[in-house]
Amino acid sequence: MVSDAALIYWAMAVPLLGMLALIAASRWAVLRDALVVVTAAVMFGVVLQLLPRVLAGERPSATLFELFPGLEIAFMVEPLGMVFALLASGLWIITALYAIGYMRGAKELHHTRFHVYFCIALFSATGIAFSANMFSLFVFYEILTLSTYPLVAHKGNEAAKQGARTYLGLLLGTSIGLMLPALIATWWLAGTLEFTPGGIMAGRVDPAVGTILLVLFMYGIGKAALMPFHRWLPSAMVAPTPVSALLHAVAVVKAGVFTVLKVTVYLFGLDYLELLGSTDIILYVAVFTLLSASLVAIQKDNLKARLAYSTVSQLSYIVAAAMLVNEFAALGGGMHIVMHAFGKITLFFCAGAIYVATKKTEISDMNGLGRRMPVTFCAFFLGALCVIGVPPLGGVWSKWHLLMGAYDSGAQLVVLALIISTLLNIAYLIPPVVRAFLLPPPKGEETAGVREAPLLCVVPLSLTALGCLALFVMAGPLAELLRPYLSVAGG
Amino acid sequence: MSEHLPALQVVIALTAAPLVMMMNRFPRLAWGVTLVTCWATLVVAVLLLLQVSDGSVIHYEMGGWAPPWGIEYRVDGANAWVLLIIGLVSAVVMPFALRSVEQEIPADRIGLFYSAFLLANAGLLGIAITNDAFNIFVFFEISALASYALIAMGRDRRAMLSSYQYLIMGTVGTTFLLIGIGFLYIMTGTLNISDLAMRLPEVTETRTIRAAFAFIAVGISLKLALFPLHLWLPNAYSFAPSMVTVFLSATATKVAIYVLLRFIYTAFGFEFSFEELSVAWVLMPLALLGIIIPSVIAVFQEDVKRLLAYSSVAQVGYMILGISFATALGLMASVVHLFNHAITKAALFMAVGCLVYRLGGVSLSRIAGVAERMPWTMAAFVVAGLSLIGVPLTAGFVTKWHLLQAALMEGLWPVAVVLLVISLVATVYIWKVVEAAYFRPAPEDAREIREAPLSLLVPTWVLTATTIIFGVWAQFPISAARNAAEALLGVPQSW
Repeated sequence: MVSDAALIYWAMAVPLLGMLALIAASRWAVLRDALVVVTAAVMFGVVLQLLPRVLAGERPSATLFELFPGLEIAFMVEPLGMVFALLASGLWIITALYAIGYMRGAKELHHTRFHVYFCIALFSATGIAFSANMFSLFVFYEILTLSTYPLVAHKGNEAAKQGARTYLGLLLGTSIGLMLPALIATWWLAGTLEFTPGGIMAGRVDPAVGTILLVLFMYGIGKAALMPFHRWLPSAMVAPTPVSALLHAVAVVKAGVFTVLKVTVYLFGLDYLELLGSTDIILYVAVFTLLSASLVAIQKDNLKARLAYSTVSQLSYIVAAAMLVNEFAALGGGMHIVMHAFGKITLFFCAGAIYVATKKTEISDMNGLGRRMPVTFCAFFLGALCVIGVPPLGGVWSKWHLLMGAYDSGAQLVVLALIISTLLNIAYLIPPVVRAFLLPPPKGEETAGVREAPLLCVVPLSLTALGCLALFVMAGPLAELLRPYLSVAGG
Repeated sequence: MSEHLPALQVVIALTAAPLVMMMNRFPRLAWGVTLVTCWATLVVAVLLLLQVSDGSVIHYEMGGWAPPWGIEYRVDGANAWVLLIIGLVSAVVMPFALRSVEQEIPADRIGLFYSAFLLANAGLLGIAITNDAFNIFVFFEISALASYALIAMGRDRRAMLSSYQYLIMGTVGTTFLLIGIGFLYIMTGTLNISDLAMRLPEVTETRTIRAAFAFIAVGISLKLALFPLHLWLPNAYSFAPSMVTVFLSATATKVAIYVLLRFIYTAFGFEFSFEELSVAWVLMPLALLGIIIPSVIAVFQEDVKRLLAYSSVAQVGYMILGISFATALGLMASVVHLFNHAITKAALFMAVGCLVYRLGGVSLSRIAGVAERMPWTMAAFVVAGLSLIGVPLTAGFVTKWHLLQAALMEGLWPVAVVLLVISLVATVYIWKVVEAAYFRPAPEDAREIREAPLSLLVPTWVLTATTIIFGVWAQFPISAARNAAEALLGVPQSW
């Protein structure tokens, strides 16, 4: 039996070793691309080894080193982190396949560099998932920001540089300017940064100070994209689509909301959170964000921009879930991390496939495209339904729990907002499908025959679309895995 | 042998200096002797630090003359730490110097150059190790005169003027120091700092002693470039030869800060300095202004060397800020920053030295797009830059963390906020360089530029790696700095 520490270290070492291997193999494109997939698969395999232990109630942990007393880089795998790590590494396999098809199909350059930064991003995402304290999490959070920056700037043209600058500026600015001070103040006041069930603040930090700290943390976690610090996410859309798909629909943004959940549950503790004056403020900021981002999304004609604003909106569901402070909402928030990940990655894969096959990026140009790319648009439809939350797709469960939670908390306004937002989701996600299948193609464009994107693009997006369906029946086991986290969260 | 280590610490470099001058006709030989000297100095410094790491103190009577007649060298946790900084930086900069100096200094002056360098080195080591106030002044002058010569040898003709500027300011500084020391001697009849510490309490009520304190504090503040007495520094650092900038930026101001600490903590004593004279009330506002204003000025600099020079002024502000908290933790944060900033800034200036070697100058327009052709140099700059900003797992973070804790312990929330905001400003000015080097297109007429030679690159990366090593393995600098702080405070602390 491999020791816990070894598994944790291997889970993080595999992407780095894979990175070295693919640098060595950079001259042989086929070998290099194969290595990426193998790395992803091995990493997922290692992470999977941890699952039975976590399910059995263990909390595998390891301490890498102590910077100075009380401040260490340490890891502990708990259910929420387990889910996040499985999600990121599992979807990486599919994304790696997709990326090979996309990068070749779209004739992007610098493939090796692209995959190298991808590996580092996955390494740091795993670090975030397994961090045992806020300091470790912060370190990996920053590595994730820095490693994804070159991916956003990948194209190297003026737009890419501009977008990348906004990306880096906002994410670094919020984390150094707001999260780091909050972290230091927490350490100073509570004497620890350890993620502890029930939180570390109660009895140590005056709720008046806690109120300020909560605001600092929630805005400091820029990756959760609360307005007005959401601009980096649309800016990041200049990146090649696999980046948007895995990182800006899954790893990076979910790292943000994952951090929000970790901070609220394991640093503040839900009982303490209820004492704070700012919990409701953040809740309504989140509600405002989820509504207004949806409204912006409706107006975006660029498909990726629309999806980006949709992500901003969906992230706020999870922040709102954390701020509702009850068991249903917390379960909904945890589940939504997974459900939205599958839905949104499918949508991005489709957007990329459309671009590879037709070079089209604007929704208004996609009339009649469904006849040419039926598989892609069917997958898009499923992904959209999952994000909207319609049975029989996984998304329904997370929204259901969220609504129950909001209702339970007596937050009628939030219930209303969730319902409106769902309608808005339909309004911006369904029209592309309707245009593609029901409207006639513009004159001059041939209609005959099916011409999909390369197989390496179409297969992955079909897989994730099927995943959205599977999640409908898999929600039970997922909830079971999250249960211990809930007993902490639900109080 | 080992009982003579304190003398060797200074004597090796001091005797090598004239020898090297005589080798002026053989530049490589001069370099070799200087290199060996610097490495020997480092070995001695390490041995001394090991000896005092348990909190003990080494006394050494120069020439066998017992104090107060003779000059006493005294090594404790505080100055052993400073000696290590000087030894380490000079040992790493020497391999770097070989080709950098050959390119920047005319061949017929290289021997003279190294001779002056050794004198500056010996002067700084002497300031740190001696326990005699007048001797401190003498070594200050030795190192200062040698530094003026070193700076004046810069290729740019403005180097001459900056050197002259430094000379005026430096001389005013050391003169003030001398006047202060004179006053102390009049009142107590001794120059030995330990004796001063014993006798001063009897006479602290006098105006003379207060005047002495003022003269000494202002004089040293000039030397350590405390805002607003920093005006000599940006010019001196910008126009000096690369290797000189590396060495001086890492050591000269640090040694001056050590002397300030020695006077206010040991000679005058904590009670007199902080409670009777409330020196913290002067130091803290100056430190804060010194952090804020030069940081903002740095953002608007076009020349990378100058930008880093202004950043150095701001970093001096950090060290003074730690002192101004008047707590053990604040003092320890300052002392640890002496080291962390020395390695960080030396690494940055070395990376800049590599750029100068290939490009001839380092204005932002000249380094445009250079990262593609000099990836290792720029990578070193980025890593050391992260340490300057204070990103976790770099040496800079260790300092910033303790400084913030020290501020919070005193309930000084606004100061903590200033520190954090200024880290963002530091991010901006480092980013400006990164952006120019990585994202701007290279100028059309750029000559074919290759990566810097290994003899420059390896030392640069040694120091760059050090900023990471001591950011991760922080126990060593922290325990050494605690030891140093205890030596200055004179009482063991519960950390």
